[in-house]
Amino acid sequence: MRIGVLALQGAFAEHISKLKQINVEAFEIRQLKDISGHFDGLILPGGESTAMRKLLGDLSLYGPLKEMIQNGLPVFGTCAGMILLAKEIEDEEPCFGTLDITVKRNAYGRQLGSFRCVDEFTGKEIEMPFIRAPYAERVGEGVNVLSRIKGKIVAVQQDNQLATAFHPELTNDTSVYEYFIKMVENRR
Amino acid sequence: MNDIKERHQLNKELAQMLKGGVIMDVTTPEQAVIAQEAGACAVMALERIPADIRAAGGVSRMSDPAMIRSIQEAVTIPVMAKCRIGHFAEAQILEAIEIDYIDESEVLSPADDVYHVDKRQFKVPFVCGARDLGEALRRIAEGASMIRTKGEPGTGDIVQAVRHMRMMNSQIRHAVSLSEDELYEEAKKLQVPYDLLKQVHDSGRLPVVNFAAGGVATPADAALMMQLGAEGVFVGSGIFKSGDPVKRASAIVQAVTNYTDAKLIAELSSGLGEAMVGINEQEIKLIMEERGK
Repeated sequence: MRIGVLALQGAFAEHISKLKQINVEAFEIRQLKDISGHFDGLILPGGESTAMRKLLGDLSLYGPLKEMIQNGLPVFGTCAGMILLAKEIEDEEPCFGTLDITVKRNAYGRQLGSFRCVDEFTGKEIEMPFIRAPYAERVGEGVNVLSRIKGKIVAVQQDNQLATAFHPELTNDTSVYEYFIKMVENRR
Repeated sequence: MNDIKERHQLNKELAQMLKGGVIMDVTTPEQAVIAQEAGACAVMALERIPADIRAAGGVSRMSDPAMIRSIQEAVTIPVMAKCRIGHFAEAQILEAIEIDYIDESEVLSPADDVYHVDKRQFKVPFVCGARDLGEALRRIAEGASMIRTKGEPGTGDIVQAVRHMRMMNSQIRHAVSLSEDELYEEAKKLQVPYDLLKQVHDSGRLPVVNFAAGGVATPADAALMMQLGAEGVFVGSGIFKSGDPVKRASAIVQAVTNYTDAKLIAELSSGLGEAMVGINEQEIKLIMEERGK
């Protein structure tokens, strides 16, 4: 199994080292030629969604990746990655727009609003760092809510798409990755 | 985890989210929007860019909070601002307006020629300049959660940033090579806490993210710094002092992402218009890197 990690900007190295930790092969996607080979899943990391979005366009990655996601390539977005996948972004045009949620960016405010907590993800207690994080204000039919913090939706799955507002790559826990790898194995 | 430790951890993690990105100096909300649209991962809000600070001379201070606020309202990416070295009251003001990152910067006139701000007293994160491993670890001990080189601001000359990055790398390699009992002596020489040096020895890197800053004017400058090990780049005067800021900003952003692809960088460097007019180290009277050791 090979997982591509979008490496245009942000915390992509952290995702790659988590995947290595669970013995999954990972590679960086920095330009079009990087996605010419076969791969089984895609991770969109945390960082700045506006920067990644600009680079997706400039480096001609946007169209091909969107098509792959639409054709069912399993994808996992964290924080900025969740924003890139969302069908609706508050006050902004969507990017990939494949995940039927409405997302509010910087939903907890500026850096002073960043926090860490321990809460449930699919029935297991895990550590969740939120860094200038978004959350989902609305989820469509067919979107499964996997975590809620203080009533806000922070982890969702719709078919082959997984998104978390928090950063599992910044913790020692691998449950979210194991969950994603299962999704890749059972691709619908 | 106690509150201060957890806050520091979250602040280091915000710097991790900025990696592979370009932080641009902006002086107006309009420039901030241009920077964001060009793909900046954060902006530094300041009244005058370093080249103009240098030209104007005199005492240079923290920017007007109203001006910083107008930039915070204009963009969704993180907004940073500078306080003078040691000026904890300016830092308190920046924290009060919920800045995302404070740069305790040698670009402004130092307010204290002995002490830096005790950054552990703050909830907002700080980035500080460092010319070598000693300066970096001293700033981290004081609570900095991000480090950058102290390339000479406002000159368009990359030589100092290169010098600092090479010095940092060489000293890190040296620290890694030492045996554990030799680390005590090295900590004494570098004037840094043993525990932080031990972390460098064990991990082979600084305990926080390290960006290049000072003198970056072209996509090639950015690629050079990234290949030397910078985890991202600050661009100060280089963008809005150039002929075509939009094009140059977006070219530098792409060069940072694909810093080893010389063919792409050749294309990105083509037809960018005039770069900022540079000044050489030998031609300037005020050496800002000497501020805050």
